[in-house]
Amino acid sequence: MLGLGVGSLWLSIIVLLPIAAVAAKSLDGGFGAFWDAVTTPAARSALGLTLVASAIVALVSAVTGTLIAWVLVRDEFPGKRLVNALIDLPFAIPTIVASIVLLTLYGSDSPLGLHLIATRPIIVIALLFVTLPFVVRSVQPVLMEADREAEQAAATLGASNLTIFRRIILPTIGPALLSGIGLAFARAIGEYGSVVLVDGNIPQKTQVTSQYIQGRLESNQDGVVDVGAAANSIVLLLIAVVVLLALRIAASRGSRHHAR
Amino acid sequence: MRVSRRAQLSLRTLALAYLFVLLIIPLGIILYRTFEHGASAVIDSVTTPAAVSAFWLTIEIVTIAVVLNTVFGVLLAIALVRSRVRGKSIIQVLVDLPFAVSPVVVGVSLLLVYGNAGWFGTWLAEHGIKVIFSVPGMVLATIFVTVPFVVREVEPVLREIGTEQEEAAATLGASRWQTFWRITLPAIRWGLAYGVILTIARALGEYGGVSLVSQSKPGESQTLTLLVKSRYDNLDEAGAYAAATLLMVIAVVALIIMTVLDRKKSNV
Amino acid sequence: MSDPVTTEPTGGDAAPTEITGDTSLIADAGSHAIVVTGLNKHYGDYHALRDVDITIPNGSLTALLGPSGSGKSTLLRAIAGLEVPDEGTVVIGGEDVTFIPPQRREIGFVFQHYAAFKHMNVRDNVGFGPSIRKQPKSEIRERVDELLEIVGLAGYQERYPSQLSGGQRQRMALARALAVQPKVLLLDEPFGALDAKVREDLRAWLRRLQAETGVTTVLVTHDQEEALDVADHIAVLNAGAIEQWGTPREVYETPANEFVMTFLGPTATLEGKLVRPHDLVLSLEQIEDAVPVTVVRVVHLGFEVRVELEDRDGNQLSAQTTRGEAARLDLDVGQAVFVRTGHPPFPVDAPA
Repeated sequence: MLGLGVGSLWLSIIVLLPIAAVAAKSLDGGFGAFWDAVTTPAARSALGLTLVASAIVALVSAVTGTLIAWVLVRDEFPGKRLVNALIDLPFAIPTIVASIVLLTLYGSDSPLGLHLIATRPIIVIALLFVTLPFVVRSVQPVLMEADREAEQAAATLGASNLTIFRRIILPTIGPALLSGIGLAFARAIGEYGSVVLVDGNIPQKTQVTSQYIQGRLESNQDGVVDVGAAANSIVLLLIAVVVLLALRIAASRGSRHHAR
Repeated sequence: MRVSRRAQLSLRTLALAYLFVLLIIPLGIILYRTFEHGASAVIDSVTTPAAVSAFWLTIEIVTIAVVLNTVFGVLLAIALVRSRVRGKSIIQVLVDLPFAVSPVVVGVSLLLVYGNAGWFGTWLAEHGIKVIFSVPGMVLATIFVTVPFVVREVEPVLREIGTEQEEAAATLGASRWQTFWRITLPAIRWGLAYGVILTIARALGEYGGVSLVSQSKPGESQTLTLLVKSRYDNLDEAGAYAAATLLMVIAVVALIIMTVLDRKKSNV
Repeated sequence: MSDPVTTEPTGGDAAPTEITGDTSLIADAGSHAIVVTGLNKHYGDYHALRDVDITIPNGSLTALLGPSGSGKSTLLRAIAGLEVPDEGTVVIGGEDVTFIPPQRREIGFVFQHYAAFKHMNVRDNVGFGPSIRKQPKSEIRERVDELLEIVGLAGYQERYPSQLSGGQRQRMALARALAVQPKVLLLDEPFGALDAKVREDLRAWLRRLQAETGVTTVLVTHDQEEALDVADHIAVLNAGAIEQWGTPREVYETPANEFVMTFLGPTATLEGKLVRPHDLVLSLEQIEDAVPVTVVRVVHLGFEVRVELEDRDGNQLSAQTTRGEAARLDLDVGQAVFVRTGHPPFPVDAPA
């Protein structure tokens, strides 16, 4: 089919070719050079911080996202539609604007008296901000479609609310929740714009991998990319792809099991 | 599951409080900071030559990205839904890949392909084509990060409407092209519009990838997001706030359109 | 409608029950609206159509009847050009259209789920075909109004499909198919998505419409009652092959094999033979050939009474009788009666 061919060509030029270039560059000096590049103290520390912060964000997002989705689906209150629309705001707001926003709130003249600039907590806050929509928007439609009668049946069989949530609702929203968590995590590990103004970019302290990569570019001239930047880029990419794929497989297993 | 009134109120309060702290307070404060010296200062700040140029460059880049991603996105969605070829899952992965790629990695990858030391660098330089540190590079970065939206919004709608309407049009004598324009396109219009708005919102806000392939010269190669950053770096905080607020206003408009379209989409 | 068919349907009682391999029919295509020869279609390992031959007489209303997966829809879609057969030919109106796309086959097709163009009102839906053919706007308008009159949707021109009931949508779809003045009208389970009452009304209405317009019509259905009610010819399909072709009476009364027998109506097994429950005659005395049975249950279904019986070997069967007959026999549960067939039974063990 012609459309498929043209579409594949487009994807190859826009997506595949650039990614292939990074992969090729990362292995320029062989696997040894690759390994050295991703295990320098600064790179290791940045990756560690990135992963820990992203994991925290994914977990917090899972809880708060499910809570918000629940409230938006099962609760009624004035202004609900406005709140519902607000959820997408972090998606619509440019990341650099999010960074500026956090700067005004937690910077030197913070109205709250909180000075979190150039600390690790601000990274988590920034990532929570930009990943807010993922879990909510994954879980919400599933919760809307969920069979209320199954919950009522469980209630007539004597199940408590906690049991109903654990045994009926959670399995229903599980696949969607997993894919939401996956999206949030993948977004968090690559995030750059929202942290760039607030994390201080202190190597081995508050530098995340995306900033480490950017730093490697700045130390070179005229946009020359070294193995260090390429190798760490590939690490970020691989982690994101693996997490997304793993959670997607888990989610599709879960939903298939559920459909049975 | 029936939740007691008290539990329901606590859950609601908890959710709203979280959103208030994470979203509302920060946005309120930036609005306050922006306008604390009056609206005229803000207007002056977003109408400087550099700001106006950044605005138009942003519009230019967004327009190119949206047009190309719409055309190829619809094409890909149709191909993915309607054809039974093997290897479709590889294409699915490629479509989703930009979701997994850091904007910084996008910048790095473009440098490696089109930069001076990149794969095509020498050839491009010989032919006097400048991609990196020029508008084409910024366009490529923006297209990369917005590839999935149109495809992912149009695909389920196409699946939902099925092939019956198109087959009916064929039995009534409509050619493929006529069927596309008169049946398929109208049927997917709200999903497509939603995908386009998502693309616009994401393209407007693109920063990481663009920042690596632009020299960010005021009045020349600055988009609005780059303008915010450069003003901040130059200690022009008020100017940075004003530009950020301008972007935020555009974001809110996009959000309103999104909400309206989402409702239309689910009504079809 | 245009192209009123003056030739009488050639089928009738003389219609052959088996037409396998009879390619001479193609030469006679003038009186046959559709001639399908040697059609085969595979989906991967699945053999959807097996050597299908069928001839549809001009002006007839033919039903393709079979269970789901029997290939009846695939056959119809192959006639329409929506499926390309692996082997075989399709001739419509004397022209070999096997490799002609649906656009140029001059057919009208009606889908089970209406395939209404949701973003167009009724007028634009019905006028779609003529507008593709670049007919003048005023002519299209006139034609649409005329057709909507015929299908009973006059005054609904500006409505959208979402504002119509299922039955109305299907009538709109019929008008849309007729608007292009098709040589043949193909209906794929057209009433399958409608509820029972609407379905019956539309069936009667389709019969009248078809008689008035005379357009050769092929209807796919899995409902044997619908096929018997509406069609003048029935092709019974099973597992991708045509089991029998004939008038409703022929396929009901002289089924070609056990499948056709069981598919066309309820059956009971008496002494190893398949019979229709309404062909079973009950008596209180032993008559020649009658089999002794015990009454298990008597169910009154209005005019009809169903008597559930058990023979000496414990096999269950049910007989259908009338209210008057049941009253005359005055049956009680547990009573011993005798049953025989009032119509020659279909031999189960005989070769099909």
